[in-house]
Amino acid sequence: MTMPFYVPPEQLMKDRAEFARKGIARGKSIVAVQYRDGVLILGENPSGTLQKISEIYDRVAFAGVGKYNEFEQLRIGGIRRADLTGYAYSREDVTAKSLANAYAQTLGHVFTQDVKPYEVEIMVVEVGATLADDHIFRITYDGTLYDEQRFSAIGGASDALMQRLGAAYREGAPLEEAIGWAKAACTSVIDESGPVGWEAAVVERTERRRAFRRLDPAGL
Amino acid sequence: MTLDPSGQGEAITPAESFAALLRSRGLGPRWDLPAGSSRLDPPEGTTVLAFRYADGVVMAGDRRATSGNVIAHRRVQKVFPADQFSAVAIAGVAGIALELVKLFQTELEHYEKLEGRRLSLTGKANHLAAMVRGQLPMAFQGLVVIPLFCGYDEQERVGRLYSYDVVGGSYEETDYATEGSGGRDARLFLRGAFTPDLTEAAAIDLAVAALVAAAEEDTGTGGPDLRREIYPNVVTVSGSGFAEVPEDRVAASARTALERST
Repeated sequence: MTMPFYVPPEQLMKDRAEFARKGIARGKSIVAVQYRDGVLILGENPSGTLQKISEIYDRVAFAGVGKYNEFEQLRIGGIRRADLTGYAYSREDVTAKSLANAYAQTLGHVFTQDVKPYEVEIMVVEVGATLADDHIFRITYDGTLYDEQRFSAIGGASDALMQRLGAAYREGAPLEEAIGWAKAACTSVIDESGPVGWEAAVVERTERRRAFRRLDPAGL
Repeated sequence: MTLDPSGQGEAITPAESFAALLRSRGLGPRWDLPAGSSRLDPPEGTTVLAFRYADGVVMAGDRRATSGNVIAHRRVQKVFPADQFSAVAIAGVAGIALELVKLFQTELEHYEKLEGRRLSLTGKANHLAAMVRGQLPMAFQGLVVIPLFCGYDEQERVGRLYSYDVVGGSYEETDYATEGSGGRDARLFLRGAFTPDLTEAAAIDLAVAALVAAAEEDTGTGGPDLRREIYPNVVTVSGSGFAEVPEDRVAASARTALERST
């Protein structure tokens, strides 16, 4: 009988984290910015069909970067969970916090237990009645959950993007201004080939029940 | 409840229906009746109707629910939005029908979110037919639910309506359809008064007048109640989507219709 080699847990986690980070860094990043009437989510996406930003429930949206099939699976899981909760209880019982927690549990579990960690970073965004009630949650490949204020970014260039957004951000700005910051931040981290196409959506503080609205990429 | 990322419970197939998801979690709606149990008398919704007009489809329903010969509820809603471009109305056992509508609404939204596009109108109508078919064992116990479905076909740019039967048969109607205990009287009225390409205002008036006519003949149908301010639910589905007709507009139609019918 052969004995498996001993690998110290520190080394194991470090290797897994490095593997996940490398995978995520290959893709494009996505930013989320709070503005007067809600939260804007914007990222570079050459494909008009394979979307990274999506509606989860009335006031909750999702964005993912990294490996498409993995964050798509998380997106579908999130929609199923939200619809089940809303059907079994009530529509207002579906919250970004509970969803973000479930995502953190899932990613944390996969990171430590599965053969390969997910090469994804995701965001769960909820719009509330006022600016103070908005939530932006960021969940990394290892299941770490961040409760972000005002703005956030996911993807390989997230640190640089956060710095850019931090410099530009002003509370209660209109949507056009927020789009300007988000695009400027994204453009600043793109290599010399330039942007190839945008994907953007907002969750708005409106009277409509379903607050999620895609923005026309041509209009950006 | 977890997200089941490894798919241990079931294969994650994007187009899988919400109803199947509910069943897999043991949350599906069930009404099991023991065989030979005494006849129940749950509240039943009565008259609903739908017909085409120039811009799309109009759909309306009275507000009464009866339990045998007793008025169970006076303000029941029987006409609902199914999604942004369709509406569903129900006749029959109210409790089951409301659950069916909620499930149908969730199903359409679930599909739209997973797939990034709405189901086609035919797809929605067929799915509703399957849901009615699933209720067949209940129908044999005397608990019948029959919907009406209408919507705006975004590809063909026309309003369409569908009627159903108890075994889940789905029939597309060209002009008008009615359902429920006062459905026959409403249909007779519509047969005389319906003309193609009505304006929206005329369509709303006609829908209310047909319900008033049904209430004249059928005890199960509640006419407009001016004293309690209870008026029929009237909705339109057109190229600009589902819209509920405001209550004061329906009240005006109801007053005119009542004056004419006396």
